[in-house]
Amino acid sequence: MSDEARDIVGDYRYGFHDEENSTIRFDNGLSEQVVRDISAIKNEPEWMTDIRVKAYHHFVEREMPKWGNPEVLKNIDFEAITYFLRSTNATKDDWKDVPEDIQNTFDKVGLREAEGRWLGGITAQYDSEAVYHSIREDLESQGVIFLDMDSGLREHPELVKKYFGKVVPHSDNKFAALNTAVWSGGSFLYIPKGVHVEMPVQAYFRINAENMGQFERTLILADEGSSVHYIEGCTAPSYASTALHSAVVELIAMDGAKIRYSTIQNWSNNVLNLVTKRAHAMKNSTVEWIDSNIGSGLTMKYPAILLKGEGSHAEVVSVAYAGKDQHQDTGAKVHHLAANTTSNIISKSISKDGGRSTYRGMLQVMPKAHNCRSKIVCDALMLDPDSRSDTYPTMEIGNSSADLEHEASVSKVSGDQLFYLMSRGFNEQEAMGLIVNGFFEPFTRELPSDYAVEMNKLLNIKMEGSIG
Amino acid sequence: MRVMSEEILKISNIHVSVGETEIIKGLSLTINKGEVHAIMGRNGSGKSTLANVLMGHPAYQITSGEITYYNQPLEELEVYERARAGMFLSFQYPSVLPGVKVGTFLKKSIEAVRGEPVKQKDFRNQLKAAMALLDMDRSFLSRYVNDGFSGGEKKRLEILQLVLLQPSLAILDEADSGLDIDALKIVSKGINQVVPQAGCIVITHYQRLLEHVKADCVHVMIDGKIVKSGGPDLAHKLEDQGYDWLEVDA
Repeated sequence: MSDEARDIVGDYRYGFHDEENSTIRFDNGLSEQVVRDISAIKNEPEWMTDIRVKAYHHFVEREMPKWGNPEVLKNIDFEAITYFLRSTNATKDDWKDVPEDIQNTFDKVGLREAEGRWLGGITAQYDSEAVYHSIREDLESQGVIFLDMDSGLREHPELVKKYFGKVVPHSDNKFAALNTAVWSGGSFLYIPKGVHVEMPVQAYFRINAENMGQFERTLILADEGSSVHYIEGCTAPSYASTALHSAVVELIAMDGAKIRYSTIQNWSNNVLNLVTKRAHAMKNSTVEWIDSNIGSGLTMKYPAILLKGEGSHAEVVSVAYAGKDQHQDTGAKVHHLAANTTSNIISKSISKDGGRSTYRGMLQVMPKAHNCRSKIVCDALMLDPDSRSDTYPTMEIGNSSADLEHEASVSKVSGDQLFYLMSRGFNEQEAMGLIVNGFFEPFTRELPSDYAVEMNKLLNIKMEGSIG
Repeated sequence: MRVMSEEILKISNIHVSVGETEIIKGLSLTINKGEVHAIMGRNGSGKSTLANVLMGHPAYQITSGEITYYNQPLEELEVYERARAGMFLSFQYPSVLPGVKVGTFLKKSIEAVRGEPVKQKDFRNQLKAAMALLDMDRSFLSRYVNDGFSGGEKKRLEILQLVLLQPSLAILDEADSGLDIDALKIVSKGINQVVPQAGCIVITHYQRLLEHVKADCVHVMIDGKIVKSGGPDLAHKLEDQGYDWLEVDA
C-alpha cells in the first residue's frame, strides 16, 4: 500500500474496492430527469414516480438542517454524486450467479459466513441495488415477506403504497426528501400476525463506486403480536472524494408486536451518513433501535420512536465512536403520545484523536399521555484532550404525571485504570481497547454474540496506531 | 534451610520522589526465591510507594539507586513488560473497570502475561481450581471487574489473579486490610500457594496476616527507610508495642 493510500485508509479494514463493472451508471448530478429516469428504469407505477418528483422539488427548495455540522453540509456538492448505479441485471438468490468480485467482497465483510450460520435471511446491496437475496424457507412458508425494496414495490404494491412515507414523510427534512426522490434498494420486511422470527434477518449495504450516493429505503411492518430482529451492516471503500449515504427507514410495530433494529455502521471516513430513521409503536408494542456508528466522516442520525399506542415501549441503545476526522452527531427521539408508555435511552460515545461526538436527543411527553416513564443515560468518554463531546438534550414534558430520569456523564480514562491494566500485562493500546470495549458493553451485550465479538474487534483496531 | 538461594529482586539504596517530594530515602532489600518479606509501618511511611515503584507507576521517579530483577535493571522495563516478566502487584485499591467482565479480564490477562493464547478448556480448569481454593462463587465471573465489589471481594479478586498468573515476584499491598478472619485465611491460602515458586513482598499494618503466611523477614519502614529488620518475632513486638520505640532510632 502506498503512503497516500494508507493515509486515506488508516486503520479501516474495509477500504478496498472492486473494479467498477456497472451495467448502468448515471452521469453525476441531480435533476428532475434523473429522478424520472430512476423510476423509469425500475418500471415503477406512476404513483411512485409522482412521489419521487414531488419529493425532488421539495429537496431543491428545502434548506439544509441547521443542526449537526452545517459547515460540512454546506459543502456537499450534489452535482458530484452518482445517483444510480446498477451492477447486476437482477437480484440473485444463488451466490454462484453473482459476479465473482462482488461475491468476494461480501465474503471479506463476513456476510456469507453469517448467512450460513445464524441468519434467517439476507439482502446484499451493492451500490444502488440488491445483488443477492435469500430467505429461509420456513419463514417464507409462514408468510414472512423479506425482499429488497424494489422487489417489494413490484410484488406488494398495495402494502408499499399504504405505508411508504407514512412514518417519514418526504417533507421531514432535506435528506428525507432527497431519499424519497432517488431511493433505490433497501429492505421490505413484513411479519404476519403472531409470527415470531427467531433468527435475525440481515441487510448489508456496500458502497463500491467512487462518488456514489446510496439511498436505500427500508420499510418494516410487524403485524399484531409478531416479532423480528433486523440487523444492518455497512461498509465502503476509502476514497479521497465524498460519497453520500442517505437512507430512510420506516418501522411500524402493530399492536403487541416487537421490532428490534440493530445497526453496525462502519462506513469509511469519506462517507457522509445522513439518515432518517423513525418508528411508530402501536398499543403494547415494543420498538428497539440498537444503533452503532463507528465509521463515516459525518453521521447525523437520531433514531426516533413515536409511542402512539397505550402501553407501548421504546428502547434506544446507541454508541458512537468519533476518531480522527470524524463527527458523530447522533442521538434519539422519543415521543410519548399515549398514556402508560415507557422509554429507555442509553447513549454512549467515545471521542479520540480530535474526533467529535454529539448527543442530540428529544424526549417529548404530550399533555394527554399520562403515567409515562422515561430514563435517559448519556455517557461520553474522552480519550484525549484534543477530542470533543457535546450533549444537547431537549425535553418537552406536557403533564406532571411523567416519571423521568436523566443522567449524563463525561469521563476520561484514569491513569489508575491504565496502570492497573498494564500491571496485568496489557500494553497501553490493549488496555485502552479493554476500557473501550467495557464502555460499550451495554450496547454489545444486546447484539448476537458473533456480532458482539466483531464489534469489539473493530473497536480494538480503532485503538491501534495512534497511541504513543 | 536453603542450600541455594536464587536472587529475584535486589533494591540498592533507592531514593524515590513524587514531584518535588522525596518519599523513599535510601532503601535496600534483596528477595530470593521462596522468601516472604513482610514490610510493616505506619500510613505514610512509604510502603505503598515502594510497591508502586517496583511495578513502574509513572508518577514516581527513582532519583538515585538501582533495582534489578533477575540481575537486569528494572527501569528499562515498561509496566506491562514487568508483568510479562513475572512481576505481580496486588493493589491496595484496585481499579473499577466498568463493562469488563471478570472472566474475560482474567483470560485476557493470562494471555497477555504469557504472550500466547490460552485454550478455553485449560483456562476453565485453572480457573475452577483457583476459585475453589479461594472459595469464590462462579457468579464472580460475569460481574464487571471491581464494579460494586465489597472491600473483601476486591481483595479476593486480586488474590485470584495472583494464583492464576503464578508470578515470580509477588508484591501484596495490604492484601489483608478490611478482611474478617475467614477471608484472611482464604487470602493467605492463595498467597501460600504461590510462595514456593516466588519471592514475595507482603505489605501490611497488622501482624495477624503473618499468623497465616510465614514471613522469613520482617522489615519496619519509617519515613522512607527500613529502620529495623528481623524475624517473625519483630511483627509480634510491633503488635504489642507499636512503632514508637523504633522512632528513637530513626
